[in-house]
Amino acid sequence: MAAEPAWQRLLAQPWLWSYLAAASVWAATIAFTQGQGGGQVLTAAFTFAAFFVIVGIGQMFVVTLGPGNVDLSIPATMTLAGTLAMRIMDGHEALILPGLALALGCGVVIGAINYGLIRALRIPPIIATLSSSFLIQSTAIWYNRGIRIKPPPALAEFATAQVAGVPVLAVGVILLTVLMHVLLTRTRYGRAVLAIGQNQRAAGLAGIPVDRIRLGTYMLCATLAGLCGYVQAGFAGGAALNMGEEYLLASIAVVVIGGTSVAGGNANVPGLWGAALFLFLLVTMLNTFGLGAGIRLVMTGIIIIAVIIAASGRQRAR
Amino acid sequence: MTAGLLTPRVLRSLLPALSLAVLLVAIFYLQPRAMSYFGINLLLNLAVPIALATLAQMFILTVNDLDLSIGSFVSFVACIAATWLSEMPLLGILALLGCILVYALLGALIYLRDLPSIVVTLGMSFVWLGLSVLLLPTPGGTAPGWLQALMKLKTPLVPFCVIAAIVIGLVVHLGLMRSAHGAVLRGAGGNPKAVARAGWSLLRIKVTMFALAGCFGVLAGLALVGLTTSADANIALRYTLLSIAGVILGGGEFVGGRVSPIGAVIGAMTLTLAGSFLSFLRLSPDWQIGAQGAILILVLALRMLINRAEARR
Repeated sequence: MAAEPAWQRLLAQPWLWSYLAAASVWAATIAFTQGQGGGQVLTAAFTFAAFFVIVGIGQMFVVTLGPGNVDLSIPATMTLAGTLAMRIMDGHEALILPGLALALGCGVVIGAINYGLIRALRIPPIIATLSSSFLIQSTAIWYNRGIRIKPPPALAEFATAQVAGVPVLAVGVILLTVLMHVLLTRTRYGRAVLAIGQNQRAAGLAGIPVDRIRLGTYMLCATLAGLCGYVQAGFAGGAALNMGEEYLLASIAVVVIGGTSVAGGNANVPGLWGAALFLFLLVTMLNTFGLGAGIRLVMTGIIIIAVIIAASGRQRAR
Repeated sequence: MTAGLLTPRVLRSLLPALSLAVLLVAIFYLQPRAMSYFGINLLLNLAVPIALATLAQMFILTVNDLDLSIGSFVSFVACIAATWLSEMPLLGILALLGCILVYALLGALIYLRDLPSIVVTLGMSFVWLGLSVLLLPTPGGTAPGWLQALMKLKTPLVPFCVIAAIVIGLVVHLGLMRSAHGAVLRGAGGNPKAVARAGWSLLRIKVTMFALAGCFGVLAGLALVGLTTSADANIALRYTLLSIAGVILGGGEFVGGRVSPIGAVIGAMTLTLAGSFLSFLRLSPDWQIGAQGAILILVLALRMLINRAEARR
C-alpha cells in the first residue's frame, strides 16, 4: 500500500469523479459563454449545492446503514419544519433561535417516529418513511393554509449573505460537512454505522447497540432535513408547500453520485459536495445552452444514469 | 371451530380484502346513496389505472428492484395517447411499443451492470417527464374515441371498473402465481442463485419482468387518459408512491419475490377509496394523503400482530 504512488492513490478516491464531472460541466458552461459569468455561476452553485449537501449528509448516513435503508420523508420533513418555524417566528427577529430549535426538534421527533415505525411494525424503512411522509405532508398542508409568512429579516439576510462572492451559507455547510466527516470516520458512532452497514448481525454480535445507532441515524437524518427546511425557507422568503419536492431525488442522487455505496457500509462525505455542485451546474449548463425545459429534463436524466454506469464500472475495476 | 379456519395464515391473506370491505361499509354507512351502480362507478373509476400501475410496480418488486419512475412513465403514456395515438394511430402504437422496449432494456442494463434500480429509475423519471413536456407543453390533447368509449362502457349490473379490476387481478394471478413460468419469475426474487443454477437465465427473467412492468404502465396510462379524456405531463406523478404503497398494502414484500397480484389490486382500490372516505366524513381534503398514510400504517400494524400471533403458536 505504502509503495503506491500518490497519483494512484488519488485516482482510487471515490469522490474524485464527482468533482471531475462538476468541473467539466462548469468548464463547458464557461466555454459556451466565452468566459463570462463564471464567478457568478460558481457563487450560485455553492449556494444551492449547500442545501443539497445538508439533506445529502443525512441521507448518506441512513443509506450507509445497509440495503433497504433510505429516508423518503425528507421533503415532507423540510416542508413541515420550515412551515412551523416561519409561523412561530412570524417575522420577529427575537425568535430566530427558538424557531431554529423548533425546526430541529421537529426533525428529532419525526426521526424517532420513523424508526419507531420501522422497529414496531417490522416494515422496510422505505415503507415506514413513505407512510410517515404522507402524514407529515398532510400536517404541513393543514398548518400552512396557503399563507406565506416572511422570515425574520436577519435570517433572510444570513441565508443570502455573500462575502466577496462567497456565500456565507456555503461556508457554514462546509464546516458542517467537515464535522460530519469526523463523526463518520473518527467516532464510535460513525464506525458503528459503517459496521452495521457491512453486516448488521456481525455488528450486533460484536456488541454494537444496533437499535440505538439506527434510531440515532434516522433522527440525525430528519434533523438535518429540518435544518434544511428552516434555512431554505429563510433563503426563499418563506415556506412553500412544494419546497421539498426536488429534494427527494436530489438527496439520493447526491449520495450515490458522491461515491457512497448503495449497498451500505461504505460512505463518502467529500463526494457529497462534488455531486451537489455537479447536479446544479448540470442544470445551469443546459440552461445556458438555451435548451427548452423538456430537453433539459431528458438530458439531466440521461446524464445521471450515465454517471451511475460510469461509477459502477469504476467499482468493478477495483 | 372457527379457530381451525381463522389461522394467522388465512387471516393474513384476507387482511387486504377485509380492509377494503371495512372502508366500503364505512362509506356506505355515511352515504347510503353511494351504494348504487352509479355511486360505485364514481368511487372506483380511477382505481383502474392505479391498479394497473400498482401491478407494474409489483413486477419490479418481485425481482427485488424498485421503480421510482412509474408515475412519470404513466404520465408520458397518457400524453402519447392524447396526441399521437388519436392523430396518427400507427406512430402512437409504435411509440408505445418503443416505451415497453425501453423498459426491457432498463431491466437488462440494471442486471448486466448490477446498478441500483432506485437511481436508474430516478434518472428515468426525469427522462419521461422531459419527453412529456416536449410532447405536450401545456395540458390538453384528446383521448382516442375508442379508448373513451371503452372506459365509459356501461356493463349490466356490475360497473365496468369493478369487472376490470377483477379480471386484471385474476389474469395476473393465474400467470404469476399459478403457472410454472410464474414460479420461476418469482423464484428469481426469492433465491436468484438457485434459479440460475437450475439453468434459467436471470437476464431473461429481469428483462421479462421489466417488460411486463412497461406493458402494465402503458395500460395504466391508456386507462387513465380514457377516463380524463385529456392529458398533462404531471397527470400521474403521484402514482409512483401510490403504487409502492398499494403493493405493500396488498400483502407484498420488498424482498424475496413475495407478492400478491390480487392483493395489489385490492390495495390500489383501498388507497383510492381512502380519499373519498374523508370527503364523506366532511374532513378537509388537506388530510387526503395523510389518510392514505394512516391506512397504510394501520394495515401494516394489523399484519404485524397477525405475524406475532403466528410466531407464538
